[in-house]
This record gives sequence, structure tokens and C-alpha cells, in this order.
Amino acid sequence: MHISEGVLSGPVLAAGAAIAVAGTGIGLKKIDYDHIVHVAILASAFFVASLIHVPIGPASSHLILNGIVGLLLGFAAFPAILTALLLQSILFQYGGLTALGANAVIMAAPAVLGHYLFLPLLGKSSKFTFVGGFLAGFFSILVSSLLLGAALWFTDQNFFKTSLLIITWNIPIMIIEGIVTGFCVAFLLKVYPEIIPVNKK
Amino acid sequence: MIEEKFISGTSFIHSLDPKIRILSASVLSIAAALCDRLDLAVVYFSMSIFLSLLAQLKFSDVMKRLKPLFWFLLMIWIILPITFEGNILYQYSFIKITSPGILLCSKITLKSITILLIFTALIATMTIASLGTGLHRLRIPDKMVFLLLMSYRYIAVIEKEYTRLLRAAKFRGFVARTNLHSYKTFAYLAGMLFVRASLRAQRVHQAMLCRGFNQKFHSLDVYPPNRLNSIFLLGMVVTSLSLIILELIWI
Repeated sequence: MHISEGVLSGPVLAAGAAIAVAGTGIGLKKIDYDHIVHVAILASAFFVASLIHVPIGPASSHLILNGIVGLLLGFAAFPAILTALLLQSILFQYGGLTALGANAVIMAAPAVLGHYLFLPLLGKSSKFTFVGGFLAGFFSILVSSLLLGAALWFTDQNFFKTSLLIITWNIPIMIIEGIVTGFCVAFLLKVYPEIIPVNKK
Repeated sequence: MIEEKFISGTSFIHSLDPKIRILSASVLSIAAALCDRLDLAVVYFSMSIFLSLLAQLKFSDVMKRLKPLFWFLLMIWIILPITFEGNILYQYSFIKITSPGILLCSKITLKSITILLIFTALIATMTIASLGTGLHRLRIPDKMVFLLLMSYRYIAVIEKEYTRLLRAAKFRGFVARTNLHSYKTFAYLAGMLFVRASLRAQRVHQAMLCRGFNQKFHSLDVYPPNRLNSIFLLGMVVTSLSLIILELIWI
């Protein structure tokens, strides 16, 4: 999910870039050189996971999974998602330079927020784990689409109907991301619990 | 999966220093993104075409790259003219096509193609390693450059893991459908991808430490000093600034 170039107004682009710089700065500070390879390769996995297409009735949609990246990496998800977006724009031309900041905020801010909100739910019981994962996945896409809608609305209030359309359009994706994230987190806790920071406490 | 079609070339743009190209692309893209007049958007658009010609980009490859953008543009041309308020150009029962909607669509179309062409001509024509060098010399934090280079390096590896996992699932008779079983399978597949990525990261990190990794990457790219670099950058900055000033006094 991202905004194309040439749509947003100057102030919105500037705000996006400023928040992205701040978030990335905090994220980078939290990564030490012992973990940076881990963050980098998880960013590659996030990039590849976005190539997975799941069917929704007759159509299909690709997974986003920013919720999982948030759960696994916390604040480090910010630079990781920014990296993946930059690589996407270079390798696939899914964007240019000016909207990169805004797009990074749209994808990464909910991921980081989800980390702090839903990580405590994981690992308590299998039900809690699935619900926590579901909420993290659902919440990430919900907040991403709200942020996207807000960015459009701040650009021009005439975008209101378009924003509503985008948010409605994303509801099935929220549910699917929730289900996939729920199962995925349950799976990770079973086969490789070290990857989820909850067990480190 | 990944084709970097534009990196090998012998054009003038390819010979420019990465740092200069990143700076010029940023300045010109920002100026184009800030533009709010249709006539000036046409000027920026012509500049991006000029840069693409200068970089000798192949037309068919550029079109292929812009395909996702064209789908997006098609969507906004359907949605915006009927959802925007304003002067009505054409009305058919409850569907009203407004002139501000059409104007905005034209501006977005021109600006988005312009910014992507600038990006393709100036940034996509260098290797990721050169981009890393350029960003490093522009004082982007080392860790950020490291993340970029490292995750680029492992995308192809992780992608191979993904096709392997998918092939294994298909051998066992998996067909993706809209049901819980399919979503569960994809979730486990994605989960396995993260597990493999994490395990590989540990091995890579250990291997790097064994080879004496001291938190620094060294670039082997050499870009000899060339006066054309500064002339190009100056040209881009002056043009962008004068277009911005022109738009400011025009109002």
C-alpha cells in the first residue's frame, strides 16, 4: 500500500519526510552492529513476502506483513521498512524519491505501534498468541490505510471520498493480514521462539 | 525476478558521480513535486524526457517499468473526476465530471511520470553498490547504508528460498484458494521465510566476524574527478530553483 508520486502536497511530503527521518534515526540508534545483519536480512524477507499473492475470491492481493516486521523488530522496523521501500522503488519502480518518506511512515509507524500494543499478548496461551497476531496484522493495515487517507485529505479536502474508498477497499485486506499474521506468529512461537522478542524477558 | 536493465550503459549520465546524481535527482524531484501549475508540470515533464534520452534508456524497458504507475493513473482518472466538487463539465444523471477533477488528474499524471523518469534516469542507472557509496559520501548514517546494501544482497537468496518452499507446497498438492487452509499455508510459508532469514543472518554475521568485519564497507567503485559533474549539478539546481521562483512570482 503506498501513495504514488506527484499526488501529495509539499507540506504533507515534508511532514512525511521529517517523521520518517526521526523514526529511522531512533530505529538506527536501537540497532547495534551485532543485530544489524539480522535486521537487514529480515528486511529482505519483508521485501520477498510482499511478492506472495493470496487469492481473495476471484481477485488476489499481495501480502504486506508490516505487522509481523513490527512485532519482530520493534523500532528497528522503521529503517527496515524504509530500506525495503527504497529497494522496491529502485528495482521495480514502485515509487520515486519524494513520496518515500510519506510511504515509509504509512507502512512503518503502525508496525512500530503494533509492536508495543500487541507484543505483550503473545506467548501467554495459544489463543492469546493468535488474537495478538491477528490484531497486530489487522491494526497495521487499518492504521496504514487511515494514514494514507489522512495524507490525501491534508493534501486536498476534495480527496475525502477517495480516502473513504481506499479505506473500505482495504477492509478485506485487513482481515486477511490479520489471519495470516495470527497464524504466522503462532507458527514462529512454536518452531523458532527466539525470533520473537517476547521470550527474551 | 529482479532485472536491473538500466545499470549497464555508457551514456553521459552513467559516467557521472553517484553523489552528483543522487543530489540532482533529489533537487529536481522535489521541485517537480512542489509544482502546482499544469504548464510548469509540462516543463518538468520535458526535462525528465530529456534526462531519459541523455541516459539512453530503452523506450520499451521504461514503459514496462511504468506499467504499475499506469494502472494507478487509470484508477485516478476513473475516480477523481466524479468525486471532486467544482465546476461541472459534463453530467449524466447523477455522475458529474468536474473540471478541477480533470485538472488534478492531468497534473498528477504529468508529475508522477516526471518523478519516476527522473528516478529511473539518474538513480536506477547505477548499481546498488554505487548508490551505497553515493549515500555514504552524502553523510547518510553508515548503518542505513549497511542495511540497504545487505538487504539488497540477500533479496535474491530469500526469494530463492520462497520459490523452493512454494514448489514443495505445490508438490504436495497445494492449490491456493480463498479458504482458511490456504491462508494458513501462506502464513506458515511466510513464517518459514522469516525463520530462514534469521538463521541465515546469524551465519552471515558469524562469517563476517571471522573475516574481521570492522563495521565498515569499502567501495571498489572509482569515479575520477570530472568537471562535468559540477556543471551538471549546477545546471540542475539552477533550473529547479528558477522554475520554483517563476511559479512563486507568477501567482
